[in-house]
Amino acid sequence: MAGIMFSDRVERRATHASELAGGIEHLLSRVHNPGPSTPTHRATDPMPRPALLASLLLLAASPCSGRTTIHLEPIAPGVFVHQGVHELPDRHNQGEIANIGFIEGQRCVAVIDSGGSPEQGRALREGIRALTRTPICYVINTHVHPDHIYGNRAFREPGVRFVGHHKLAAAMAARAAFYIDKASRDLDVALTAEDFVLPDIEVNGELELDLGERRLTLVAHATAHTDNDLTVYDETTQTLWLADLLFMDHLPVIDGSLNGWLKVLDRVRAIPAKRAVPGHGPVAAFWPADAAPEIRYLSELRTELRAAIKQGRTIEQAVASAGRSERNRWALFDEFHPRNVATAYAELEWEED
Amino acid sequence: MHRRPLVFSSLLLAIALLSPSLGSGASDMPDETAWVNGLRAKFIGEKAIEEGNDVIELSAPYRAEDPALVPLQITSRIPQTPERFIRKITLVIDNNPVPFGASFEFTPDSGKADIAMRVRVNSYSYVRAIAETNDGKVHMAKAFVKASGGCSAPIGGDLEAAMARLGKMKFKMDGERLTPQQPNLTQLLISHPNITGLQMNQISRMVQPAHYVEEVKVSFNDRPVMTAQTDIAISADPNFRFYFVPQGQGELKAEIRDNLGGRYSTTQTLTP
Repeated sequence: MAGIMFSDRVERRATHASELAGGIEHLLSRVHNPGPSTPTHRATDPMPRPALLASLLLLAASPCSGRTTIHLEPIAPGVFVHQGVHELPDRHNQGEIANIGFIEGQRCVAVIDSGGSPEQGRALREGIRALTRTPICYVINTHVHPDHIYGNRAFREPGVRFVGHHKLAAAMAARAAFYIDKASRDLDVALTAEDFVLPDIEVNGELELDLGERRLTLVAHATAHTDNDLTVYDETTQTLWLADLLFMDHLPVIDGSLNGWLKVLDRVRAIPAKRAVPGHGPVAAFWPADAAPEIRYLSELRTELRAAIKQGRTIEQAVASAGRSERNRWALFDEFHPRNVATAYAELEWEED
Repeated sequence: MHRRPLVFSSLLLAIALLSPSLGSGASDMPDETAWVNGLRAKFIGEKAIEEGNDVIELSAPYRAEDPALVPLQITSRIPQTPERFIRKITLVIDNNPVPFGASFEFTPDSGKADIAMRVRVNSYSYVRAIAETNDGKVHMAKAFVKASGGCSAPIGGDLEAAMARLGKMKFKMDGERLTPQQPNLTQLLISHPNITGLQMNQISRMVQPAHYVEEVKVSFNDRPVMTAQTDIAISADPNFRFYFVPQGQGELKAEIRDNLGGRYSTTQTLTP
């Protein structure tokens, strides 16, 4: 039942995106992707076992050889988004789960989030090259999470400057060792410190980037989804790129502050954007209408947790019971909700009574 | 035809066992190696251990949602009386870089030697609660917890806010008023980042130096209720839930000391 409801919603979002693109032609961009080849031995001839084992080992070592393309969808003139999938990062998807893309001006391209693996970073660079000759001047990282920054290294060349929240560098430095370990274990992707490209330009407050006849306004927010969230507003098309400050369909993940996130949402909700780009969800969203489910989830969770803490319920009891009514409304609820509850409980128990 | 899936899946299993990046298959299963090869001798010595839930019980999530915030509840099965009581409970997490988690000393004034806290679990491991009663006997309860990365996990959330709040403490009572002569449940919240010293800054190649609470002393009208020696396995913002028996109104006091010499205290006046 939940699954059906969910895919209905995805359908609706998909049409939604092309409505929002407002008549832009779909001239794009789908370089044919043959996909990872299926092992032929499965169908017919019994291969001698050692050979079979060897070929399977080979497959396990490089599950994604051959995947080098990316689908970038135009959602407004000069604004392109690749849609991620609602999955946990794993060996199969190699962490390529977030919405990423770029905005093009007369003089410059700004990449917004580089992808969930070095491979996806390269695919994004190639995808952009296939669409425009305008040089890439900026790579904007909206926050430190792996699915948004692991493609950075693919863009590292003279003339490209990396842009992030003023706390991004510290967050990258603190997390890199842990992330490198995790990428090897969960994604089978070998990373080094070099893959964590620190920002050349740090945003504290606001910063404007001129792409040539196109101005982007970057805002560094107080702790919300993480402690280093950055949003991008494109004046030309009134597109508000919120990245992971906006989750749709995919359960919001709290890695910063529940109170802070609701506060930031309150602020960005007032921005009169024509459309928003969520970090997880469709490529484009109605703004601010499509923030409603996330705001509902976060504020109901807060209300329930405050009550639980007041009643002296323990963190274990809260994890077992708080916010369960939202379960059928989100993808990956079971994977992320219990942790959200624990994180939020630990934050809210320090609120002044 | 029907045999093929079997062959296929056993090959996948073989790959899983061979591939080093998946970790060794053995460590995912309950494993007593570290305990048998040293930890037992270190924490208990030659003494006999009574295993089971007669004196002490440990509840822990089998699979932890957040390895840096694993809730543990240790429940005693005997009341604290001057004749017979639990003197000390030691928490050991076999496969943590520092297996010693904490030790808690109780008195008959504790009422009930229950203690709940949140811990970091760095890899799949047995967690053990070892209780020593005043007659010198040793009782142990254990639980296997699947979690990884709890000690090396980056300090999440907002370290700046956490540092600004460092040393702040509060008690939360279960109920508005004190019940004299009975075990009263309280919770001690300590704001402290409890930095493990295992969180490496990959860019500077520096390890964030360890900074954690080493000792917690709780007393009521100057009579010790619970005294704990703690280590890096205790989660950020240490949080302990336990009982004490007040004779009447009085002052509940907590004093803590961290490994860098920081000392903090809080008191709360309670009335029946």
